[in-house]
Amino acid sequence: MTLLLAASTPLTWLLEPISHGFMLRALLVSALVGGVCGLLSCYMTLKGWALMGDAVSHAVMPGVVVAYALGLPFAVGAFVFGVGSVAVIGFVKQKSRVKEDTVIGLVFTGFFALGLVLISKIRSNIDLTHILFGNVLGISDSDITDTLVICAIVLAVLLVLRRDLMLFCFDPTHARSIGINTGLLHYLLLSVLSLAAVAGLQTVGIILVVAMLITPGATAYLLTDRFDRMTLLAVASSVFSSAGGVYVSYWTDSSTAGCIVLVQTFLFLLAFFFAPRHGIFRQHQS
Amino acid sequence: MSAARPPLGPDRLRIEADQVCVDYNGTMALHDASLRLEAGCICGLVGMNGAGKTTLFKALMGFLRPSKGYIRINGLSVRQAQRQQAVAYVPQSDGVDCAFPVSVWDVVMMGRYGSMNLLRVAGASDRAAVHHALERVELLELRDRPIGALSGGQRKRAFLARAIAQDASVLLLDEPFNGVDVRTEKLMADLFMQFRKEQRSILISTHDLSHVRNFCDRVVLINKTVLAYGETSEVFTPENLSLTFGGLPPNLLMGPTPSRENER
Repeated sequence: MTLLLAASTPLTWLLEPISHGFMLRALLVSALVGGVCGLLSCYMTLKGWALMGDAVSHAVMPGVVVAYALGLPFAVGAFVFGVGSVAVIGFVKQKSRVKEDTVIGLVFTGFFALGLVLISKIRSNIDLTHILFGNVLGISDSDITDTLVICAIVLAVLLVLRRDLMLFCFDPTHARSIGINTGLLHYLLLSVLSLAAVAGLQTVGIILVVAMLITPGATAYLLTDRFDRMTLLAVASSVFSSAGGVYVSYWTDSSTAGCIVLVQTFLFLLAFFFAPRHGIFRQHQS
Repeated sequence: MSAARPPLGPDRLRIEADQVCVDYNGTMALHDASLRLEAGCICGLVGMNGAGKTTLFKALMGFLRPSKGYIRINGLSVRQAQRQQAVAYVPQSDGVDCAFPVSVWDVVMMGRYGSMNLLRVAGASDRAAVHHALERVELLELRDRPIGALSGGQRKRAFLARAIAQDASVLLLDEPFNGVDVRTEKLMADLFMQFRKEQRSILISTHDLSHVRNFCDRVVLINKTVLAYGETSEVFTPENLSLTFGGLPPNLLMGPTPSRENER
């Protein structure tokens, strides 16, 4: 690697990886999924749904396994189990005295465990490590098609309803009082979250997908006080992290998922320290 | 009711509640509550914590459906009134996330969402309404400030501006004078007078009895039901207040109550 770096110019650093077909595909898929998850992450962080994102992304696992076993697109299974887990969380919370964060932890680990057992019992060619840690370098054509469809759906919902969802996060009481169906928005946002979790599962896997769903939003939140700018910054930082992570993983020959999330975390730390208004160095100066 | 006012026809009523009962998870939060509020009045809503003030607000906004009785707003069902943006709710200062990345202008623009198309694209008339509303609450110069950079009083005015931009005919205010400085209090009182002239009706939920005496021409006393309503001078008697606050001696009740606790 040192030899390669020494022998090449910055242009070849960028061009050599994508001369391989699988790298180009990985780069494009990661960037697309990153952008979509980045946009969604704004709503997750502002609504305070980080834990919910973690729960849903883990809970989709049995759905993915069942869908594979039945020959359905994995998005269908993930969607059913993602939304189902939230319904179960809501039901248990309402009917018992157990606190919400406990219920969330309890339900998603239960679903996740069910997924583990199903993988070991159902005969299939699913590789557990691919689900857990992603396999964007070896992504199949049919998975790419599914991911494209999922991203298109999520993007369409988020773009058409972006004002309503913003208002729903900011002041649901006002939203309801002017006749906006907040119950529908709630479940729509959860459905979109389930779908995005499946898309993110392709690139970084179940364990790290929650990073895709919150870190870009958190980074952007530190950089601006305007919602529109926040969404742009979140998408930009997420796309950059995904693409950058794929490059870093190529040149260091290390885990793609790990690299993508590490770049995201690095960007967050930059914002945390140096953000113009909300960074900690700025706060100390003023 | 004073004889000088025109007789109340149904068309002059902003809020009409008839024997409304509201169940809340199996417990009766409000029973047989009846209320008629005409156009152009400032009405205080007074009751203890848990007396049903929030429940009444929620029923008026259509969040809770009465199990018995009916509510009409401007002669329409609550749902129809909602569609016409007739009811605006002005939250308590701590009722919203102040670190949310929106500007004052954005917040006031939210009052226009109900009358925009699905994509909520603001047109010239929406911008004009927001501009005008900000002018009325004297926040025009601060329109680009993030909502979190405002003082408590300024934030309250921003949410009032949102109700103005919405052009609501019924305003529900939750503890509007909490944490508000004297200048804002004066400005709000002036605004309430203007609203009354514009035939809007304001319902103010408050613990602070001195404010009711100073600003409200009507008062509604509630304790699980509407105990009394009407002209402040007639209804705001020590006997009625004692009833409202569960038999506490009236002299304790004539000053502002220290309680700042919110209703659940």
